[in-house]
Amino acid sequence: MKLEELRGKLVYQGILLGGVALLTSAALSFASRATEADIKAAEAADLKQSLTQVLPGEYDNDLLKDTVTLHEPGGDVLAYRARRAGKVEAVVYRVTGYGYAGAIMCVMGVSREGKILGVRVISHKETPGLGDKIETAKSNWVHAFEGKWLGEPTADKWAVKKDGGIFDQFAGATITPRGVVKAVRGGLELFDKERATLLDETGAKP
Amino acid sequence: MNEKYARITKDGLWDNNVVFAQMLALCPTLAVTSSATNGLGMGLASTAVLLLSNIIISSVRQFISAEVRIPVYIVLIATLVTLVDMSLNAWVHELYKVLGLFIALIVVNCAILGRAEAFASKNSVFDAALDGLMMGIGFTLSLVVIGGVREILGSGTLFANAHLLLGSSFAFLETTIVPDYKGFLLMILPPGGFMVVGMLLAAKRVLDQRRAAREVVAVPEAVAS
Repeated sequence: MKLEELRGKLVYQGILLGGVALLTSAALSFASRATEADIKAAEAADLKQSLTQVLPGEYDNDLLKDTVTLHEPGGDVLAYRARRAGKVEAVVYRVTGYGYAGAIMCVMGVSREGKILGVRVISHKETPGLGDKIETAKSNWVHAFEGKWLGEPTADKWAVKKDGGIFDQFAGATITPRGVVKAVRGGLELFDKERATLLDETGAKP
Repeated sequence: MNEKYARITKDGLWDNNVVFAQMLALCPTLAVTSSATNGLGMGLASTAVLLLSNIIISSVRQFISAEVRIPVYIVLIATLVTLVDMSLNAWVHELYKVLGLFIALIVVNCAILGRAEAFASKNSVFDAALDGLMMGIGFTLSLVVIGGVREILGSGTLFANAHLLLGSSFAFLETTIVPDYKGFLLMILPPGGFMVVGMLLAAKRVLDQRRAAREVVAVPEAVAS
């Protein structure tokens, strides 16, 4: 039979659709298998890079493997420990703030003394040109947290300037920095509360 | 033959431009053109998918029956976009971090289905490839112009952060048009997108009308001679 005649038949439509679906799924599963390892490696490298950004200094363990999960009311927090000679010198974990347009994911590094080593925003949906100054690519704002702890500034100053605190807000965008400041402060409070667990000093073997 | 290729080229770039004549793909257009760099990124990614989808659909066009063509096109395009997404993520991860957001949006870009239906399903592979490329370039240019206008009006810069997309050798593109600009938020937000698209559309219509008027004057003379 000619192709033109076949094309009109009902069974041809079914075979065509099925064949296309089969071919495309085969292509996708092949591509998925071929790219899986590379994607995982790239994502791990990304994660490691974002972790080391907030962890100045040298550490001798594999950050990605030395983790502890804290069970908090707001959801589990996965913390990465950085050790020197077996002693936890700093921890890194994610905190989430709520800005103008939803969640702002940040990663923060805290030293064993409870001081902030660094904060980076890893994802957000804030207004481009206004709220996105929380990114290091756009502004230095987020570096203002470095060296701060819960006693410096004092509790009532842990806020943006508009609310009587010490952190700058941006012209036209107060909600975004307010959300980040609140998240970072929450992160420090978490460190205070879970200090022994985070620093692996509970006495129990992991 | 050359006239046909000139026609396809002109259609893609101006006469039948995806955004300003077909008025397709407005959703991704309005969503990403808050800066010229974003427009360029979305445009380049769409061009690649458009070119590939036109080639594939045109080469299998004899086998696709009219009754089920739309689902077949959609499955092919979605597969293509996913493949591009996965390979960029795996092998050009730095670029993916910039473009990743745009790539998933390409699936809903009706310009690609539009070209598959209107052109690739009826023309030879080479013509379809040229059409895909030209439509893609036309789309990219439109996005860069819209993004550029919004960026200049909204934040006083042009091609800000181009080095993230194109590598540090293109950092020279980043210019500050208005120093110490306070910013005009409306232009960055979605309403600004609608306004700029509307203004540019009106400008294109005026240009086209003037050209048509000139041609009407020119034709009788040609006949007379």
